[in-house]
Amino acid sequence: MRIDGNGLIDRAKPLRFSFDGHAYDGYHGDTLASALLANDIRLVGRSFKYHRPRGIMTAGSEEPNALVTVGQGAAQDPNLRATTLELYDGLEARSQNRWPSLDWDLLALNDLAAPFFGAGFYYKTFMWPRAFWEKLYEPMIRRAAGLGALSGQANADRYEKAFAHCDLLVIGAGPAGLMAALTAARAGADVILADEDAVMGGRLNAETEEVGEEAGRDWAAGVVAELRAMDNVRLMPRTTITGAYDGGTYGALERVAMHVPNPGPAPRECFWRITARRAILAAGALERPVAFRDNDRPGIMMAGAVRAYLNRWNVAPGRSVVVFGNNDGAHRTAADLLAAGVNVAALVDARLGAATTLDVPFYAGQICGTEGRKGLEAVSIATMSGIEKVQADALAVSGGWNPSLHLACHMGGRPDWAPGIAAFVPRPGMVPGLAAAGAANGAFSTARCLAEGAGAAQAALADLGLKPGQPDIPRAEDGAYDITPLWSVPGKGRAWLDFQNDVTVKDVNLAAREAYRSVEHMKRYTTQGMAPDQGKNSNVNALAVLADATGRTIPETGTTTYRPPYVPVSIAAMGAGAQGKGFAPERFTTSHKASVAAGAPMIEAGLWYRPSYFPAPGETTWRQSCDREVGFVRGAVGICDVSTLGKIDIQGPDAGAFLDFVYTNMFSTLKVGRTRYGLMLREDGHVLDDGTTARLGENHYLMTTTTAAAGLVMRHLEFVRQGLRPDLDVQLVSVTEQWAQFAVAGPKSRELVNGLLDTPIDNEGFPFMGCGAVTLGGIDARLFRISFSGEHAYEIAVPARYGDSLFRTLKTRAEALGGGAYGMEALNVLRIEKGFITHAEIHGRTTAFDIGMQGMMSRKKDFIGKTASQRPGLMEESRERLVGLKPTGDVRQLTAGAHLFNADDPAIRENDQGYVTSVGFSPTLGHYIGLGFLKHGPERIGETIRMVDHLRGVETTCEVCNPVFFDPEGGRARG
Amino acid sequence: MRIDCPCCGSRDIREFTYKGDALALERPDPDAGDAVWNDYVHNRDNPAGPTRELWYHEMGCAAWLVVTRDTVSHEIKAVELASAAKGDVA
Amino acid sequence: MAETVADSVKLIATSPCAGLLPLSIGTMTASEEPPAALTSIAAYRGQEDALSEMLKTAHGMGWPKPGRTTGKEGARALWFGQGQALLVGPAPDPGLARHAALTDQSDAWAMVRLSGAGSQAVLARLTPLDLRRGSFKRGHTARTEIAHMMGSLTRLGEEAFLILVFRSMAATLAHDLEAAMQAVAARTRL
Repeated sequence: MRIDGNGLIDRAKPLRFSFDGHAYDGYHGDTLASALLANDIRLVGRSFKYHRPRGIMTAGSEEPNALVTVGQGAAQDPNLRATTLELYDGLEARSQNRWPSLDWDLLALNDLAAPFFGAGFYYKTFMWPRAFWEKLYEPMIRRAAGLGALSGQANADRYEKAFAHCDLLVIGAGPAGLMAALTAARAGADVILADEDAVMGGRLNAETEEVGEEAGRDWAAGVVAELRAMDNVRLMPRTTITGAYDGGTYGALERVAMHVPNPGPAPRECFWRITARRAILAAGALERPVAFRDNDRPGIMMAGAVRAYLNRWNVAPGRSVVVFGNNDGAHRTAADLLAAGVNVAALVDARLGAATTLDVPFYAGQICGTEGRKGLEAVSIATMSGIEKVQADALAVSGGWNPSLHLACHMGGRPDWAPGIAAFVPRPGMVPGLAAAGAANGAFSTARCLAEGAGAAQAALADLGLKPGQPDIPRAEDGAYDITPLWSVPGKGRAWLDFQNDVTVKDVNLAAREAYRSVEHMKRYTTQGMAPDQGKNSNVNALAVLADATGRTIPETGTTTYRPPYVPVSIAAMGAGAQGKGFAPERFTTSHKASVAAGAPMIEAGLWYRPSYFPAPGETTWRQSCDREVGFVRGAVGICDVSTLGKIDIQGPDAGAFLDFVYTNMFSTLKVGRTRYGLMLREDGHVLDDGTTARLGENHYLMTTTTAAAGLVMRHLEFVRQGLRPDLDVQLVSVTEQWAQFAVAGPKSRELVNGLLDTPIDNEGFPFMGCGAVTLGGIDARLFRISFSGEHAYEIAVPARYGDSLFRTLKTRAEALGGGAYGMEALNVLRIEKGFITHAEIHGRTTAFDIGMQGMMSRKKDFIGKTASQRPGLMEESRERLVGLKPTGDVRQLTAGAHLFNADDPAIRENDQGYVTSVGFSPTLGHYIGLGFLKHGPERIGETIRMVDHLRGVETTCEVCNPVFFDPEGGRARG
Repeated sequence: MRIDCPCCGSRDIREFTYKGDALALERPDPDAGDAVWNDYVHNRDNPAGPTRELWYHEMGCAAWLVVTRDTVSHEIKAVELASAAKGDVA
Repeated sequence: MAETVADSVKLIATSPCAGLLPLSIGTMTASEEPPAALTSIAAYRGQEDALSEMLKTAHGMGWPKPGRTTGKEGARALWFGQGQALLVGPAPDPGLARHAALTDQSDAWAMVRLSGAGSQAVLARLTPLDLRRGSFKRGHTARTEIAHMMGSLTRLGEEAFLILVFRSMAATLAHDLEAAMQAVAARTRL
């Protein structure tokens, strides 16, 4: 019910919204919750397990009951708290977890079956038969119990991530936070002030008290205005700090455009990573309920929330309100209700000897029960003289306040118990650089909040080396809090602790009886504190009940672990920008456009995209294209972009010595103008990478790495250079991106190359493994006579700006010579025909010995991996060693990943003889060929072995052969 | 988590790549024997407390760093260049 | 095998951001810098002082300290990593090679200028670097992560930055810049 008053709503700006399809009116400044209450909507949701009718309980992000879904279709956004959802024109919200409707929910039958649904019911009830769990019980439970649902479709809404840095992060903009931010900002610190609410001010916006000579909320607005005008301050309203992490890093969720009807390209939410040299936790406190019979009916609300709705939004939660508490806040609530003209049906104070001066029916006692099916109708009050029933449609409850200390505990610290306020408070130093102030620190009066905020800021300024000025702390309310702890009212029936997960006092007692005495065990057994509110409304109460049930004190019982995030964070915000192209950077070669234009399907190679094959007209399968492209290289000339291979420029007086140390073989002896194949090991003796390295000058080498290991090798080389051999004067620079490099391979390769070069080459000037500078069309280029196909071949490198142009030229000219471009499929077949290895073979568990390259390990020098590679276990004949394979059975196919077995052995792990790493159909040889590793491999050439692929269901016999299938003498490359 | 790079200043963890214990800097002589090499290649302590570990500022200045970090508190007590730290690994 | 005589070959240069930039959204513009010679200079042991002297004589700029630039528009040296600088603009004096490893990188990097009000906010969506004016001033440079890519970032003015990423990743930079620019521009309209 809307009442008169001058709250923070703008009555000149009316808004229309809908809830479950019905249209309602509200005002700018309303939340969905305040607008629903203004329209007398009390039933807003159904509870998780028992489908009990539930109403709005709080006025903040801790709200357990009023969860709604906003949006339709792919953009459907579930589990939004009506208490933090700002009203906008056209907002359409729906209630959740009810069927067919909120008012008439069939699953409310669960409530009648409550005796079967106590703590641990999953474990007890649905045990047998076992097979039923996955098929029947779990799907059934999941459908019945739950919150809102996602659409299951890709969400096109925008979200973003961002980074921010500051000297001081102030978390919360209540009196303590505002005072802290003001003190620090006036002293010149870079300040970020973040608050969950759209309007800064915290409790000052919800109370009627004064700060200085003005209304508290006006003082807050004045401070905010001053801060907003300062260059060194960033105000972040609608921003919840969600976690505290190492090194002064904080996570923060900002609701950017959730409060506007048509945000356009603005993100709904932004997830911030804020780095702060110091932080002040001024997040306030959360009011806690009291457990009594049927304390979950719509209309039962926290007392502080009742004051917020009254004073900030001018909404009365009911026409006749009972107030119940164990501290002075109850009296303040009754006074505010009276001042607003709302009938106070009773003020119930649980404290011994309590009294009041207010003109209301007063009871020294406790609420022991409630009535009303879909909303509160009456309460029962137990006093010394018996039980009395009072009619009321709303009940304001205060069990005291818990400091919002969550962030202070995110790095594993445990809070201290403060008996004076019967609550946990942060222990200083639990998060380095973070100090708590105000209510978050257990200081509950406004005057103490202001003083602590200023004090914390001064301490932070001193740490930051800034000179704090004298803070101007205004006068404010400094009343007593005066609490007598009351966790649960004894009696029959169910008394709720965790409203969101439907956990009652009985459940916690049952857990204790069944020996789940540790608070962590109780939590998991009852699921208390495991709902989206993470126990903000229930943790302290539940552990107090557990303490009582197990005969321990609250500090002895302890708390569960506080973990981020403080509020639910949508995965969309966490992963913002990572959909589609944002998932990972894409690396395109200079020939990308021409390859795509030629119809080549592109495949990913790490972050790179490379052409799989270049389909010709009439070809219907990739194999046809691949076979043709292999034929180009074997019969004419093929062109392939090899720019993705890592290229590292190595210069310096000790460049040769450095290479000798990282490669197994010698490079200091390589002649200028020559290229050599090199093998690199890890220090544990296994192969790291391979490639060719060219000597371009006396102190200048150019190393190539595989595409896959380019980054890894650079990291490794820098480690060796900086960490192991700082004595060597050598410099490393990646030039992968500088050069576009193309393989020109095949019998007609020199013909093609000479058609381009300004000065032609011949076999003598440019023999196999030669390299040197050339020019084409006046442009400086590099030519390497190296071959990954076994054919007479070159690789030509030009500055990348010419890559696109050169690729098109090479492709056209190759086609004129009866060849053309080839892709990864053909490249793979060509190299398997020659027995050349890739990372399919050097996969991290193979040694130089395994791949038949033990002869490349120099005896004349030390090198990385040398000592470990000579361990007996790494040099045994019985190891799985590289062999070639060709199918001989009825099935003429090989599959990579298949395992090898002796012909007569069952195909089980114990009999494993090895495995297949690379396969392809060789059009040159007319059959499948493969590479693999076989125990005693090279000794078994000619044997017949069985290949079994359990995964794909392929089985054949094959002949073990030399891994070099084609031109084993290597004459074609030298010709 | 942040690391105070001696070249670049305080930087976000995402710019760095982890390698392992700083022991890797102390490569034994080739003829140091199997036991010494086995320790160097394979054996690492797993202390609850201070460790010296190698991080690579891959997205930054490309310096290898020795970071002294407490595995219990996560506090980073010192960061130095691996090229300078070599030799003073305990 | 008969060797043919070279036909005249005419190779055409393509810039890294061809077809991707410029991009103007709201008050911000991202544009590709004009092509310039880029040379990596990595000093040999004990040669830093001699190198700095020669750099001054030959190109009028000193060796940049970590995180700093020397020179001016058109001829600039960016600190580019431990013991490394990137000479931007002039072709390097060959004499520098006596003191340092010189490596041509003119084609290796996509060079983009982001300018206009909101540019710093755009970058705050792409890099974890502390971009505050007090920490990252005009003339400051950093090697850092930019949208998951290794990059180099230099502040050229109040709201003007030079961004370098690998040439092969230019499309990703343009894509991520566009998304961030749109989001920043849209916020100002809320």
